[in-house]
Formats: sequence, C-alpha cells, structure tokens
Amino acid sequence: MIQQILFALVAIVAFSWGGRQFLKIRRNIMLGKDTPMVNNSGARWKNVLLIAFGQKKMFKRWIPAIFHLFIYVAFLFTQIELIEIFIDGIFGVHRFFAPILGGIYTFLISSIELLSLGAFIGTLVFLARRNLLKVPRFHKPEMNGWPKLDGNLILYGELLLLLGIFCMNGADAVLQQVDPQHYTSTGATALSSWMGPAIFGGMEQGTLVGIERFGWWLHIIVVFAFLNYLPHSKHLHIFLAFPNVYFAKLQPKGQMDNMPEIMNEVKSMMGLGPEGAEEMPMDEEIPEFGAKDVMDLEWRDVLAAYSCTECGRCTSVCPANITGKKLSPRKIMMDTRDRAEEIGKKLDTGSVEFIKEALRASEKTLTKTNFDDGKSLFDSISKEELHACTTCNACVEACPIMINPLDIILKLRRYEILTESAGPSDWVPMFTSIENGGAVWQVPDDRDAWAN
Amino acid sequence: MSSINVPRMADLAAAGKKPEILFWVGCAGSFDARAQKVTRAFCKILNETGIDYAILGKEESCTGDPARRAGNEFVFQMTALQNIETLKLYEVKRIVTTCPHCFNVIKNEYPALGGNYEVVHHTQFLQELIDTGKLKIDGGAFAGKKITYHDSCYLGRANDVYEAPRSLLEQLDNELVEMKRCKTNGLCCGAGGAQMFKENEPGDKRINIERTEEALATGATIVASNCPFCLTMLSDGMKAKEKQEEVMVYDLAELIVNNKGWE
Repeated sequence: MIQQILFALVAIVAFSWGGRQFLKIRRNIMLGKDTPMVNNSGARWKNVLLIAFGQKKMFKRWIPAIFHLFIYVAFLFTQIELIEIFIDGIFGVHRFFAPILGGIYTFLISSIELLSLGAFIGTLVFLARRNLLKVPRFHKPEMNGWPKLDGNLILYGELLLLLGIFCMNGADAVLQQVDPQHYTSTGATALSSWMGPAIFGGMEQGTLVGIERFGWWLHIIVVFAFLNYLPHSKHLHIFLAFPNVYFAKLQPKGQMDNMPEIMNEVKSMMGLGPEGAEEMPMDEEIPEFGAKDVMDLEWRDVLAAYSCTECGRCTSVCPANITGKKLSPRKIMMDTRDRAEEIGKKLDTGSVEFIKEALRASEKTLTKTNFDDGKSLFDSISKEELHACTTCNACVEACPIMINPLDIILKLRRYEILTESAGPSDWVPMFTSIENGGAVWQVPDDRDAWAN
Repeated sequence: MSSINVPRMADLAAAGKKPEILFWVGCAGSFDARAQKVTRAFCKILNETGIDYAILGKEESCTGDPARRAGNEFVFQMTALQNIETLKLYEVKRIVTTCPHCFNVIKNEYPALGGNYEVVHHTQFLQELIDTGKLKIDGGAFAGKKITYHDSCYLGRANDVYEAPRSLLEQLDNELVEMKRCKTNGLCCGAGGAQMFKENEPGDKRINIERTEEALATGATIVASNCPFCLTMLSDGMKAKEKQEEVMVYDLAELIVNNKGWE
C-alpha cells in the first residue's frame, strides 16, 4: 500500500512538473510566425513513416545508425513494459500482463530483453564514440560545456534504465522458482531466465525481493526523471523528430521562399501590379524584412531548433566548416533554440522592463509582440558565419530528421541586406551590375558577343 | 573565335516564327571566357542536331540567383520580373539552360512570381537527344579514359538530378570513377550562395581546393562538370595544385562536341 501511494505521488509530481515544461516549449515554438498552410498530408505522413519511424536517413551512416536503431527499437518496445509497470504500480499487483498473455508475454519480455541488450551495447558504443574515439563532429566548439555533458548524461541515464530492467527481470526469474505463489511465471524469457539464476541464484529471498524492487523503482524513477529532463535537453528529439519531419518542407531543396511583400512593391514600381494595386503605405514604420530574432522565423524553424539532437552530421558535411570557417549549421540550430529559451524565460518573468521602450507607457502586460530585451539572434550568430554559407544544401540533406538550417541562414541574410542595408562590400558591385546592367558582372560587351 | 550561327528570339518573332525551345545562356555563359566555350559547344550540338531553338540575346538578364541568395530580394525581384515579362512577350514554354543556378531559379522560383515554364538542364536535354535518336555518341576519344564527375549542388541536391549526366558519361564509354563525396553527399565547389562574388571568410583552406584534391585522388584525367561556376572553381583549383596540364576540367557538352569532332 505504501508503495502504491508513493508511486502515485511520484507519478503525479513527475507528470505535472514535466507537463509544465512541455507547455513552455510549445509556447516557445509558437513564438515563431505562422508557417504557411501545410498541404499534401499524404507525402508528409509518408516522410514520417520512412524518415522518422523508419530512420531512413540515419542509414546514410550505417554504423551509428545500427546502434541507434537498437536503442530506438528498445525504447519503443519498452513502452509495453512501462504500461505494465504503471498498472502494477497503481493497483499494487505484480506482472499484471503475465497470466493474461501467457506465451505472448514470454515473447514480449524476451524481445524487450534482447533489444535492451542491444541498446546496452549501443549505449556503450555511443559513450565510447563521444569520449574515447573523438569522432570530430562531437568536438566542435559549440559542443563545449553543457552540450557535451548533456550528451553523456543521456547515455548514463539509459544505462540506468537498462540496469533497472536487468535487475528487475533477473531477480524476478529467481523469485519465480523460490516463491511461485507470489511470483507469476513469465515463462523462459530470453535473457533473465538464465542470467537471473546465474547472477542472483542462491541469494536470500529477502535480498532478491530487494533487488527486484530496486530494479523496478530505478527504472520508473529514471523514466520520470527523463520526462522532466527532456525539455532541457537535446534528447527532446525522441518526441519532436516526428512533428518536425511532418512539417518539413516538401519543395525542391533549391527553392527559396518568395517574399510577396517585396514582389508586389517591385511590381507596382515596374507598373506590373494589378489594377488599383496600392503602393506600400509610406506613413507606417519602415517594414523589417527577413529575420532578426526568433519571432521573425516561422514556428516550424523553431520546432526544428528544438528537435535538433546536436548529432552534427550537418556540420560535418558543411563545405565552409570542413575548410575551417566559423559557420556550423548545428550551431545555427542550437543558437536559435537557446535564444527561444532565453525569450521564454524572460517572458515568464512578466517584467515590464522587457516591453519595447516605445510601448512601455501604453502596454502593461509583457507579450511576444511587445517583447524587446535589446538582444537578437545576431548576438550569438555572427555575420561571418552567415556570409560563409554556400547554400549547397549539404546540411539539409544530411539531417536525419529533415531540419533545415539553410532556411534560417537565408532569413538572417535577408535581414542584414534588406533591413540593415549591410553585408559584405564585395557583393555591392554584383547587386549594382544586376540592377543596372542585367548581369552579375559589369561588362562592356553585349550579352551575345560570344556568338560573334 | 569564329562566329557561330545562333538564332535570336527577336529575329524569329519578326519573321513570325516561334522556336520549340529557348536556350537560356546565363551571365557566366555569356561573359565568362571559359563558360563561353561551353555555350558555344552546346550551340554546336543544337545546330548539328537540327534543334529549333533561339536565345534571348541582349534581352536576357541575370535570373537573380546570386542576389536572392545573398539576401537582396529587391534586386532579385527586379531582374526576375523583367525576365518573366520578356519570356511572356515571346510566349516561351520550354527552356534549356547550361547553368544549374539559372535552371533552379527559373524552374522552382519563377512560378511564384507568375512565370511557369518547362525547364530542363542541358545534361537532361542531351540525354533526351540521345534517347530520341537525334544524337548518337560512341566511345571515340574518351574510350577507356578515367573521368570523374562533379555534382553541382543546384543540379544535384537542390533538384535531385544525378543520373542524366552520369548516363551521358557512360555513353562516352569512359571509366567513371566517383569521388569520395558524390551524388547526395557531393561537396560544393565553393561558388554557390553568391560566394563567387566575394572573398572567403577566414579559414584553413578554400573550398575549391578541398574539392580539387578529392577529384585528384580519383586519379582521373578529366573532371566533368555541369555548371559554369563549378568549372571556374575546379579549374582554379587545378591551377593552384599545378595540375592544369594533366587534369582537364570540362563541361559535359564540351566532351560531346570533342567526341563528335565538331570543333
């Protein structure tokens, strides 16, 4: 009875606290502007099936893909055991599904055990890749500090989860022999039926019960801990990868989004506008183009930033990064997420000091529309990084969950050029040549002189 | 250079004629000395195979690709809308271009501005000529030679065209050796995103050098490309590596002209 009450209490705290964190993430994602109507749900579900569920793009690099697959499939399957843990925890029963499912239960638990073994090996391999093998993409400057620790903490957490499962099932296998009345037979499971007796055989019944309970509680406590850790971690990808893939752009990668507001302005300048088209109202503030901050991005860009698990495949294929430039597409995503977090935290304070100075007199409630803390994405993303991008789409192609760093880079470039009228001075002659001469270079020859 | 007979859209229109396809030359193809050779080579193929085509000539403008990617939407819109007006005037339906940047912008980005055309890259068009029997190529000069193929970002990843250029090379009967990074994983030459028009950001190396080294590692004596900017970048890379005498960088159209002896 005490265990039941304890379990219920822990569950309630974990869910309510975790739920609050997830709602904040949702709020932060929605700081972004509306994403244009998302159409073609057929193709989108297909992507979710193949790329998110099926991990198709992970297999561009098959070694990490296989170990990741172990951990991923183990995670999916363990949800079945988790359901049972919940039922057992709340109703104070033991292995609720065992008598109901019979042979199927033996099969399910065996599968979970084998997958867990695979996940255990996978986790050790990943720890080694991060800490011993020094895979270059895990050691870029943006990975220093918290991101590195985060990556390791997740793997340690996974080891604890698996340790819990092994203790629980192993001790249980021995208890089934010692005390068959209280411990329902699970049948001969793949691992615990022989590993249990091999490790825990001959122990006192009290000790065995202790080990079994320790494993059970360890597993569920770590699950709850993960639930609350996820919102602060790159590990959030286990949930957000799915919506991110669903909402990812379907158009050809080379296609940049049009800016209708500028198109219409230019059309009316050129006398091409539809009848009665109005020019941009001049009395209003000069409009801002491109993106300066999270609020200027689409919410799907922010969703992508929160979905990023910092694997660095994008950065490892970026031609600029490969040749020693500062640009790292992963850093663009991390900076976007961190800025969204920063804005979220400041909004939580509700402090009027974060209201735009001009509006402070009239507006008393801090919202995302009147927010201004004097900072922007440009505080963490330098112009040097943005200018180094060749728009080659290698990062977009490399991302296993269809994150598009290029989208954000191009929006920031648009801000720099259109709103700030800044940018590399080398580009100015190119712009003027196109504007005045219709060619990227200022050339005295006729455009068709090559034929003469 | 000897003059080459290239029909202009305006002349045809004056004679009341409308060609089947417009050849979009692009800025590099029009003004860059190296890329002009590709333009001429492609025109030779069009002439020899009797294609009913024309160019816009002086009426063509930059598609706006580098301006848009640099972030200058105003300049992009001005030149793009101007081009769309010109294309409307001549009722252009189908366009072929030797530049994958022009290809991408006209195909994918002009529709949002009101310009809808069927756009093919010249490597696709050449494959089409072979498929329809208008162009026949056999091994000849390139038989057995080691050639490597550089995927341009804007034909490859941006538009998923990987096979047509490779199939052309196959028909030239040479030994195609792929670079370590190819197809979807191909490495950029370093020119895209308006990089062509500015100095590099500080780093260890130029991107074209990295790519040139990868091409050299294949042991190929010919690097085939499909983009005037890649052509410049890789040729410069070969010069920097002092390999310009041993390893030639050619556009696919030039390889075909060479092969046919249409020089």
